[in-house]
Amino acid sequence: MAKILLVDDSMSMRAFVRSALVANPAVLGDDGEVVEAAGGFEALRLLPRGPYELVITDINMPDVNGLELVQFMRKSDQHKNTPIILISTQKAQRDKDRGLRLGANVYIEKPFTADALCAEAIRQLGRDG
Amino acid sequence: MTDGIDKAREEFFSEAQELIEMFSRNLLALDEQGIGAADPSIINEAFRAVHTLKSLAGLFNATEMGRVSHTLEDVLDRLRLGRLKASPDVLDVLFAAVDCYGAMLAAERGEEGLNQPQIEKLMGVLGTLGESAVEEAPDQMAFDLEPGLLAVLTEYEEHRLKTNMDAGQALFRIRVRFDLATIDKALEDVKAKAKPHGEIITYLPTGDAPSADAIELDLLMASSSSLEQLEAALGGTDLTITAIPRISQASASTGISSLSTHALGTSSFAAVGEETAGSTVAVGDNPRTEPPVNAELNVPAVPMLRSVADTVRVDIRKLDGLMNVVGELAIVKSALNRLGDRLRNTQDRELRREVSRIQRSFERRLSELQDGILEVRMVTLGQLFDRLSRVVRQISRDMGKEIRLVVTGAQTEIDKLLVEELGDPLMHIIRNSIDHGIESAEQRKAIGKPVAGTIALNAYQKGNHVVIQIEDDGQGVNEAAVVERAVRAGHLAANEVEMLSRAEALGLIFLPGLSTREQAGEYSGRGVGMDIVKTNINKLGGIIDIQSEYSIGTQLVITLPITLAIVNALLIRLLGRTFALPLSSVAEALMFDEKLVRTVDGREVMTLRGSTLVLCRLDRFFELKEPALPHEGPRYKSVVVATMGARRLGLVVDDLLGQQDIVVKGLGPTLRHVRGFAGASELGDQRVALVLDAGAIIEEALAGHDAVTTMRARPS
Repeated sequence: MAKILLVDDSMSMRAFVRSALVANPAVLGDDGEVVEAAGGFEALRLLPRGPYELVITDINMPDVNGLELVQFMRKSDQHKNTPIILISTQKAQRDKDRGLRLGANVYIEKPFTADALCAEAIRQLGRDG
Repeated sequence: MTDGIDKAREEFFSEAQELIEMFSRNLLALDEQGIGAADPSIINEAFRAVHTLKSLAGLFNATEMGRVSHTLEDVLDRLRLGRLKASPDVLDVLFAAVDCYGAMLAAERGEEGLNQPQIEKLMGVLGTLGESAVEEAPDQMAFDLEPGLLAVLTEYEEHRLKTNMDAGQALFRIRVRFDLATIDKALEDVKAKAKPHGEIITYLPTGDAPSADAIELDLLMASSSSLEQLEAALGGTDLTITAIPRISQASASTGISSLSTHALGTSSFAAVGEETAGSTVAVGDNPRTEPPVNAELNVPAVPMLRSVADTVRVDIRKLDGLMNVVGELAIVKSALNRLGDRLRNTQDRELRREVSRIQRSFERRLSELQDGILEVRMVTLGQLFDRLSRVVRQISRDMGKEIRLVVTGAQTEIDKLLVEELGDPLMHIIRNSIDHGIESAEQRKAIGKPVAGTIALNAYQKGNHVVIQIEDDGQGVNEAAVVERAVRAGHLAANEVEMLSRAEALGLIFLPGLSTREQAGEYSGRGVGMDIVKTNINKLGGIIDIQSEYSIGTQLVITLPITLAIVNALLIRLLGRTFALPLSSVAEALMFDEKLVRTVDGREVMTLRGSTLVLCRLDRFFELKEPALPHEGPRYKSVVVATMGARRLGLVVDDLLGQQDIVVKGLGPTLRHVRGFAGASELGDQRVALVLDAGAIIEEALAGHDAVTTMRARPS
């Protein structure tokens, strides 16, 4: 089973990502789940309830931003190897670069399709073969 | 999948709506504070709203919304980074974008087609704003900050850091430890205490939490207060504040790449700085040297007041569903009460006591449940008032009139459904005020009024009603012209004019056909579709009153019930039939005595504590004939004093049957237009009662319409 932490301050974005992940059985497996956090702080609160097999996070959030979350996870023993997908805009090259340097695995640019997201999730979960 | 996506799309609509409203609120705040001098976090919040709208538009294939957001985001990004000079003209364009968003969202919902010319016009103007960008000179970091911290700052945060540095603010690192269980509240607490002292630039988790239930954060704060002052303001056991020293000009000129991390000692920043040292240096330099034209977009970590995590969005129809269940339970309650009544004669006292206890407990819980659901339905009038502020701004600019809008009572709460329906009537009224009520600047100067006209919007709760007042200091209604117009339109005969009271004359303005735009100017212009306004307010179970003094101003007062979902009603009997009258419009009920009835001006009245109360025999009012069943019980035993706003009417009924909570259901399309009835309700013993619409009855019986029709009916 896959337990995925989804961090985004936009409710619509979370609803979209969740519906995409849930609809694709190859992502979650039989009894996987998507745990939602409405921001960096909530993610910090939910992380200890892991482990998560994958974290998908927006960069641009109030308070604790996605970059800070990545840095925090990479420093923690529990989460240093958890794959992280950053959600970012096409233009924010600087933030994407910073995110990768801080230890995020990959970024996906908004807007993206459900298929593209699932393909990336499957790759990060190591289910692509 | 389809379900999930549909649901996601629904979320999209409501979130987009909220974002547009937030954007609009930000613009109003900018306008109020003066766009040049406004709190930087407001521009940033506006940027965030548009940024999120852009992402959503992309996901949900709202192409045009995405295109507009993209350009708008650029403009706002330049504004917040200080690369575009803030001016009232820019603000005008941003306000135009709010309207455009509204139209685009409606188009996405399929409510109307896309207004392409509006979009192109906006895009054109936005394009010219983008070109006039002011470039910001690259600058050096003047504080002893570790690269590890700089690596996680977004571009906006860097900009705020620099702006604060330029303003000579000192930098502090506040290390706070939070209990995970209470972090939201604790954080808001810190933010609120810090706010008067400066700006929190970022929040960074240190990773050095003492236990799994706690978390440690480093807050980077710019402030003009001293360390001691900050400590006094924020003081707490789990909090340490360190001043971050400024570095000398010489080392600053070499850039942050040469900075050591010793200043913060064993800071968590340092560890990361080492790990990523090779790249961090480059990143630290990067934003200073790259051309501003390639500004990247990122949304910064500026605190927002609301905690998104603790809120759920609920479709109001679901609440209606729950309220219906409460209605059914109210019926169960009545059944239980009847059972209790039957047990009154039983010898089994134990059973009687037991049932009575259950009855009371059920009643209490039911009332809690009902209050809870009602509370969820309540929203403040704030959002609506914000929208109206925008309209005032727009129209007054279009017409070249200077208008001051004074809003009070925006916190007043009212049923969500009512708020939705209130928008159009209020918009009409305000448009009228600006268009025809408030004089031109020259006229105002000539008669010694302040050049700027004032419109005051006030709301407050009064018992189970919400009162909304809209007042202007314009030229007032010329009632003679209104009356003349009413006579010409055939609403009343010329010889009836002198019998009109002043209030009745003003009330004529609500008659259909009396107020259209062409004739508007004739009587100080008030009255674009005032009949429609009145009809809409009546439909919501409310009433509207007008007061006006020639050359001084006009006041419209709207009185509405707080909610339509459930009402406590007085059950009355009329010729063997049962009716329900919402208690919210009942002031009192008393015994009726024929001997006290007098006739004044063709109307039955009685004196109640020194003042005159107009009476209305409801059976005659509704032209009820004797029932098929042989008539039983007393006739005209009671009089119920119904009130709406300042008006009172004594309803003469056969008998009072008691009180009951009822869920009012619509009468269906065929009967919907029958005046005087708000709906029907099931009473619990398979009986159905018609629910009286006190507002409509009072109006019909007392004022405007009825005053006129009665007079016409009278032989003259």
